[in-house]
Amino acid sequence: MTQVQNPPVTTTTTTAAGKYVGQAVDRVDGAVKTTGEARFAAEVPYANVAHAALVHSTVSRGRITAVDTTAAAAVEGVISVITHENAVRMRPPSKVSPIDIDSMASGTTVNYLNTDQVSWNGQPIAVVVAETPHAAHEAAGLVRATYEVQPSTVDFKAEAPNAEPQPSSLILPSGGSKGDAEAALAAAPVSVDLRFTTPMHHHNAIEPHATTAVWDGDRLTVHEASQSVVWVRKHLAHKFSVPAEGIRVIAPFVGGGFGGKANVWAGTILTVLAARMTGRPVRMLLTREGVYRTVGGRTPTIQRVALGARSDGHLTSLIHTSVSQLGRVGGMAEPVTSQSSHLYAADNLLLKQEIVKLDQIANTSMRAPGEAIGTYAIEVAIDELAAELGMDPIELRMVNEPETDPLHGRKFSHRMLREAYARGAERFGWANRSPEPGVTRDGRWLVGMGVATAYHPSFQLRANVTVRVSVDGGVLVRCGFQEMGMGGATAQAQIAADALGVPFESVRVEYGDTALPLAPMAGGSAQTASVATSLLAACEKLKKSMLELAKKSSESPLRGARAADLSARDGGLFHGGRGETYASILARAGIPSVDAAIGSETRLGDLVGNMRFMSKFLMDRRRWVKAACGAQFCEVRVDADTGEVRVSRWLGVFDVGTVINAKTATSQLKGGIVMGIGAALSEESLVDPRHGRVMNPSLAEYHLPVHADVPRIDVEYLDVPDPTMPLGLLGIGEVGITGVAGAIANAVHNATGKRVRDLPITLDKLL
Amino acid sequence: MKTFAYLSAPDVPSAVRAISTEPGAKFLGGGTNLVDLMREGVEAPDTVIDITRLPLTGVEELPDGGVRIGALVRNSHLAANQLIRSRYPLLSQAILTGASAQLRNMATVGGNLLQRTRCLYFYDSAAACNKREPGSGCDAIGGFNRGNAILGASESCIATHPSDMAVALVALDAVVEVESVRGTRRIPLVDFHRLPGTTPQVETVLEADELITAVELPPLPLAATSRYRKVRDRASYAFALVSVAAALEVEGGVVTGVRIALGGVATKPWRAHEAERVLLGAPATDESFRRAAEAELAPAVGRSQNEFKIELAQRAIVATLRTLLTEGGAA
Ligand SMILES: Cc1cc2nc3c(=O)[nH]c(=O)nc-3n(C[C@H](O)[C@H](O)[C@H](O)COP(=O)(O)OP(=O)(O)OC[C@H]3O[C@@H](n4cnc5c(N)ncnc54)[C@H](O)[C@@H]3O)c2cc1C
Ligand code: SF4
Repeated sequence: MTQVQNPPVTTTTTTAAGKYVGQAVDRVDGAVKTTGEARFAAEVPYANVAHAALVHSTVSRGRITAVDTTAAAAVEGVISVITHENAVRMRPPSKVSPIDIDSMASGTTVNYLNTDQVSWNGQPIAVVVAETPHAAHEAAGLVRATYEVQPSTVDFKAEAPNAEPQPSSLILPSGGSKGDAEAALAAAPVSVDLRFTTPMHHHNAIEPHATTAVWDGDRLTVHEASQSVVWVRKHLAHKFSVPAEGIRVIAPFVGGGFGGKANVWAGTILTVLAARMTGRPVRMLLTREGVYRTVGGRTPTIQRVALGARSDGHLTSLIHTSVSQLGRVGGMAEPVTSQSSHLYAADNLLLKQEIVKLDQIANTSMRAPGEAIGTYAIEVAIDELAAELGMDPIELRMVNEPETDPLHGRKFSHRMLREAYARGAERFGWANRSPEPGVTRDGRWLVGMGVATAYHPSFQLRANVTVRVSVDGGVLVRCGFQEMGMGGATAQAQIAADALGVPFESVRVEYGDTALPLAPMAGGSAQTASVATSLLAACEKLKKSMLELAKKSSESPLRGARAADLSARDGGLFHGGRGETYASILARAGIPSVDAAIGSETRLGDLVGNMRFMSKFLMDRRRWVKAACGAQFCEVRVDADTGEVRVSRWLGVFDVGTVINAKTATSQLKGGIVMGIGAALSEESLVDPRHGRVMNPSLAEYHLPVHADVPRIDVEYLDVPDPTMPLGLLGIGEVGITGVAGAIANAVHNATGKRVRDLPITLDKLL
Repeated sequence: MKTFAYLSAPDVPSAVRAISTEPGAKFLGGGTNLVDLMREGVEAPDTVIDITRLPLTGVEELPDGGVRIGALVRNSHLAANQLIRSRYPLLSQAILTGASAQLRNMATVGGNLLQRTRCLYFYDSAAACNKREPGSGCDAIGGFNRGNAILGASESCIATHPSDMAVALVALDAVVEVESVRGTRRIPLVDFHRLPGTTPQVETVLEADELITAVELPPLPLAATSRYRKVRDRASYAFALVSVAAALEVEGGVVTGVRIALGGVATKPWRAHEAERVLLGAPATDESFRRAAEAELAPAVGRSQNEFKIELAQRAIVATLRTLLTEGGAA
């Protein structure tokens, strides 16, 4: 269990209400990470641990007719070579249920090593267990399989014309319409009708997926690089037909996930299988290639955006359609057009999402699924329309800034895009931008500025939390949420400290463990708000209990006080000048600690909680449109001879509601922007259309931005609380990446006069 | 990775003796390429002979004004060397554009010359690749070949030689000194790498039992005005799409001396003899530069994804020569 001592507060810039909330406090897990004390999933020591390595298929579809493991088994140190011929039986993944979010845990529908069917190029077909990682990998390289190859479809672009409508659900609507957008487009005096493509991406978290699994009878402990310990536990209980209560999944430190560690993938299951079959603790740290072969990436897309406008810029028609891919064995359908239903007050709207199913690994969510790539298409189209109209692109956006949600007329809980653009334009020097493209030059560089809107919906999931205050004055917050470096534990400690009126240093937060109260996965930028809601409720409950306890004694200065009149400060409860600390209440009562809990851990309690949550979620959704927004400004330089693009300046002005901690929040937003620069300029998973194999599964050939590609990034906040969210916070994990590729493409156009509608914007497209 | 035997050679004679008696052996320099390829199963030596303790780490001035570089000089040391920086700035620049600081700290001169292609299919044992498995075919020709060669390729193989350093060296008329139990040979670098032809697995004229001991640079005063320009997909830590190593001497508006070599576009470090021929004696103008570039790229063959390099290479040549003319050499 994670037990990180909070370091003292070092910075004190106040932005929002609260003694700690709103301060740029150092992260609580900083010291253990920088000293190397933090143990990640592949580092937890176990005597007698064995090491596993995967063997991947080399065909995209077929039946395994034979696996020759002789040479592999003969390698010194090999304990076992597990294939579909000798693997113990596991239950196939359960079907996805629309009412149970946990049913989405499985990455694919494949029952690994319990089938001779190969469904994608790279699917694990064997796992080798050995005394050392070296022996496991050497042996894995010696396993030879023969296949009866079956015809496959792997070429996304070739299959796109056969796309089918994407199924729609309450949680993920797949489109919508208002009026007759096609007719309005045809009638519009000014219009653009554009086609965009975006390639497959991979998450490339610094820590590859890793699992350490230890069985003890039917009890199982798993150390896992996961964004959702709960999903891992549920799914493993199902697969191995053991009670979930006997499984503990621990993930206190996770080296990044970005969506890639949300689902349960083959590596996890096969490590647990290997441990079951060998009777040894087993560890598997995927190679980088192993991650590419067994964990889905972001879908490629083909998008159409068509806009029709009056000559004053008012939009009469907005059409955004997308085709994305799923694997035949599952996948996450990205809500590519989602932002386009909220951004512009068009008279007529048409949003439509389609999918093709391919013989490729199931794709999965990746930072801002939908909006990260959807904002590219819509925001470039707006820029193109502005050019057609001869209008400034910011002005065009302001002309079409809606009062209520354009598609359904729902109210915005809060919307400050106008303010974001105004602040950004002034600080960035937007007025200096030449509206005419290709005319600003600095030596060999063509210089251009671009802008785009960032948008990511906000919501909350359900979290169970307990809070304990002890006689020594210490506060313990327990909640099985995930920390992948975002700063979640730090933020929750700040929130608890303020709610209870105790020093930040006295709060300890335990997280990343199924032994703790259940929390949702880290996804959708929802974790901080989700946990905060329950944490605030738990703190209220705790204060009430403490007041009751105090009142039992005639000596308490709180005797006669009413809960509503109390303020929590200085380590206790006070009204007026009178009050006392929690420690003194507990000491007098002779009780070591008092707990308050939100959420039930029983099966029934879980069910009731889930239903209550779903109905609130849907009601909320019918009432409000909530989102984090922003305006992304950038300047690029394009080499006039070679077309090399360099981003030279960046400013993002964000409306993310209350900023709990500017230090950790800024890291999230900057990280998103860096990832967006990658998507704009260089990232692309190369899937060979002949055989569906990813051909650049390494950080040398999959081009993430390096330091030299990233300019100084300025992040500014409007910092106005959202009235409908806990403490007014909207979630910040994903909004940073949205709009980035659009802003860069628009700046490239401003610099060169060239429009690039196919990501990434590599230099060959500018020659 | 296949299990292998390791031995460390204390001096040159024992290194060459060891390799002559161990047919499945490979020398280990910085290991930045060999070890990667062993991990991928592309290279599988039975024995690895560590040569990093050999006393071949000097950079010495020769009596004629040239420079002799030991085969085990680390890339970062060579780039920082004062003699190199003042007399052959393009070499220093070329090295610094390559790989990352950590890799350059490990990489050696000998290993850099012998590093193997980054063709995506060469690295993937599931793919058809004549270089890795002679006769199996070439998946790059109909596949991802953006990084592959437009010059010097054959229907068997279109792999690019990835080195930056070697491009600068080939522009400088470097000579490679090699040693084996049979004695010492000196091979001009232009003749050191072979075109793929029908045997892309044979990459150099080096025999399997020969050790590179040094690289010698002849004196070349015009190299003091030289540059290395690398065009790539990100600002650092990426192989060249096109690179140009160039030195230029102009008197009275006429080119009196020129050296040009290209990287990222050819199956070996590519000396641009044709461009040099066109330029020598020609007026130092953009038009001449363009004519020279066109002449050099005339035999280029584009494939499905690398056609753009033909134009890009020409532009990069012109831009580099123009910069040399207007701004002089690299600092
Ligand atoms: C991620 C990454 C990015 C890179 N980017 C670039 C780049 O942008 N530009 C670039 O130019 N390079 C780049 N490189 C390649 C790098 O420059 C080479 O790996 C390095 O120069 C090889 O030198 P080494 O000493 O490590 O060779 P080793 O790996 O030790 O050896 C390579 C080969 O040479 C043989 N060998 C070594 N020394 C001798 C000798 N003295 N005599 C005979 N045989 C010998 C070995 O047996 C082996 O076959 C990159 C490498 C990586 C991993
Ligand atoms: S280009 Fe050469 S290295 Fe690449 S696949 Fe073809 S034969 Fe192999």
